[in-house]
Amino acid sequence: MNLHEYQAKQLFREFNIAVSNGVATSSAEEAENAALALGGSRWVVKAQVHAGGRGKAGGVEVVDKIEKVSAFANKWLGKNLVTFQTDAKGQPVNQILVESCTSIANELYLGAVIDRASQRLVVMASTEGGVDIEEVAENTPEKIFKIEIDPIKGTNDLDADTLSNLLDLNELQSSQFRNIYKGIVRLFLEKDLALLEVNPLVITEAGDLLCLDAKINIDSNALYRQEDLILMRDVSQEDEREAKAAEWDLSYVALDGNIGCMVNGAGLAMGTMDIIKLHGGEPANFLDVGGTADSERVSEAFKIILSDENVNTVLINIFGGIVRCDVIADGIVEALTVMGVSVPVVVRLEGNNAEVGLKMLEECDLNIITASSLEEAADLAVKASRGELK
Amino acid sequence: MSILIDRNTKVICQGFTGGQATQHCIQCIEYGTDLVGGVTPGKGGQTHLDLPVFNTVTEAVDQTGATASIIFVPARFCKTSILEAAESGISLIICITEGVPTLDMLEVKARCDALGVRLIGPNCPGIITPGECKIGIMPANIHLPGKVGVISRSGTLTYEAVKQTSDLGFGQTSCVGIGGDPIPGSSFIDILELFQNDPQTEAIVMVGEIGGTAEEAAAEFIQSNVTKPVVSYIAGVTAPAGKRMGHAGAIIAGGKGTAEDKFKALESAGVHTVKSPADIGKGIAEVTGW
Repeated sequence: MNLHEYQAKQLFREFNIAVSNGVATSSAEEAENAALALGGSRWVVKAQVHAGGRGKAGGVEVVDKIEKVSAFANKWLGKNLVTFQTDAKGQPVNQILVESCTSIANELYLGAVIDRASQRLVVMASTEGGVDIEEVAENTPEKIFKIEIDPIKGTNDLDADTLSNLLDLNELQSSQFRNIYKGIVRLFLEKDLALLEVNPLVITEAGDLLCLDAKINIDSNALYRQEDLILMRDVSQEDEREAKAAEWDLSYVALDGNIGCMVNGAGLAMGTMDIIKLHGGEPANFLDVGGTADSERVSEAFKIILSDENVNTVLINIFGGIVRCDVIADGIVEALTVMGVSVPVVVRLEGNNAEVGLKMLEECDLNIITASSLEEAADLAVKASRGELK
Repeated sequence: MSILIDRNTKVICQGFTGGQATQHCIQCIEYGTDLVGGVTPGKGGQTHLDLPVFNTVTEAVDQTGATASIIFVPARFCKTSILEAAESGISLIICITEGVPTLDMLEVKARCDALGVRLIGPNCPGIITPGECKIGIMPANIHLPGKVGVISRSGTLTYEAVKQTSDLGFGQTSCVGIGGDPIPGSSFIDILELFQNDPQTEAIVMVGEIGGTAEEAAAEFIQSNVTKPVVSYIAGVTAPAGKRMGHAGAIIAGGKGTAEDKFKALESAGVHTVKSPADIGKGIAEVTGW
């Protein structure tokens, strides 16, 4: 689960991490009042969406007149911001973060992530802040410094000082960095984060360290013990169908093709998409219907798949493990009958009682095409999607 | 021969009296697994499936001599349950549960490593040595005792690989689902090494998927340490970047973890790759000449 920048900064403040001053607002009037309350004569206004690349897309501006604060708010609130990280539709802007403008002497990068290879929490820092850190990692990896934190021993000031030295910070900044370092590690561990990024972490003209941006991603598996974070969820930033699917505990990801897929198991669901592509077709989605593919779940899965108007064929691929295939076939027939599905449905059942299940599907009066192998199922689905099957 | 488990492995189940655990334990027992008891705190002294229930793993180990444990407890209790098993003398822990928080796994993995305990999973189908012992939720009837070792991050794709190698008559020595989480208890490399050292395993199927760099690391390992033929399929060539594909670990992040990169790494390590999940069995036939 992702947080907005203003929510991430709120957490930073709770953990005593030095962060720029600002107020999240949801109207032009609020934005103007926030700027007046912050004082000064220059402000940074930032559209709040769950995506990076906001600056280049016009979603972040430095303004020097109070009217420009409200003009920015009016321009973006209720609109969608399209960045290189969003789809063509973009993400809706519901809040504008108004901040005091900071005079910057130098931009650094600070991040924390779970490194899968070393199986450690890794804190990364770089002198190359304010730019795309993935590019830095690609082109000049020597400019990214890392501390691996042992999950049992933890970390200490020495680790923070190691990074300070590499970042060439002065004595005052090093002591400020210790505080920021300790704060982000504690925040990461206490709040079950999956990713934390501060880009940029700046040295102000006065010589102090300050977090100007904040990005946080939370481990969804741990949300059960992070009740205050669940309240920060913004469903407007999520794909509607994916959210709907999640309510039924189905994992769904929309793609651009026309063959809807319903599969049990995440790996096989990806494998099904791949084999459709190999046969010259285009999958419309990833959907893992899970281990208990009863008629209710199959119905819900159909609703989500068919809510994509590009879908003209559905491929159901079930490897019945513990669940019997005849039970699944029953669920498919019931769901199709109740819903009145009109597109061709290709079904491949394998495993436990598959033959009985397939026979049931062949004998019903619905638009079902059965397949005896994964290969054949993909072939039939691709042909059906091109209208080549009678 | 086989790896990790055989007909003599004594197994307990943690979360024994729960619905899922009960259903799967019945199937394991029917398969011939030597399930010797289970643990459900507060239900010690009772009998379940004609087997003793204990309050703690220590009691269960003391009284049954179990060396392996299969865990079905809810995700929020997995850390405690795995560590309890690891600290009570269990040497092989198989955690089926999906949804364990990643930070829990960081600590669990480090502690299991320090104790020299092997953990398989979480979020996995378990292990089976066909004809001898099944510690997991995989459908028994597709397996055939034989000579192929199977390792996979995905449950149902393991079943595809198993079915194909059974249909062709090759059979399997053991099949290990290492699970779809970002921090798995055992890696491809851990299991590849076991198959390499198992005299009965003549060829290996490795099924990977997008996310992380475990397949790339495995490719490097295979190049210098595995002399047996390896056939590999990687799921997710068509998966979009930045989207989690069902499994917590199946995500292309920052351009890393694509199926193309994994295929490339495996091919340059001399692994025979197949681009379709339907071609795994065929791939084994091609590399072995069987």
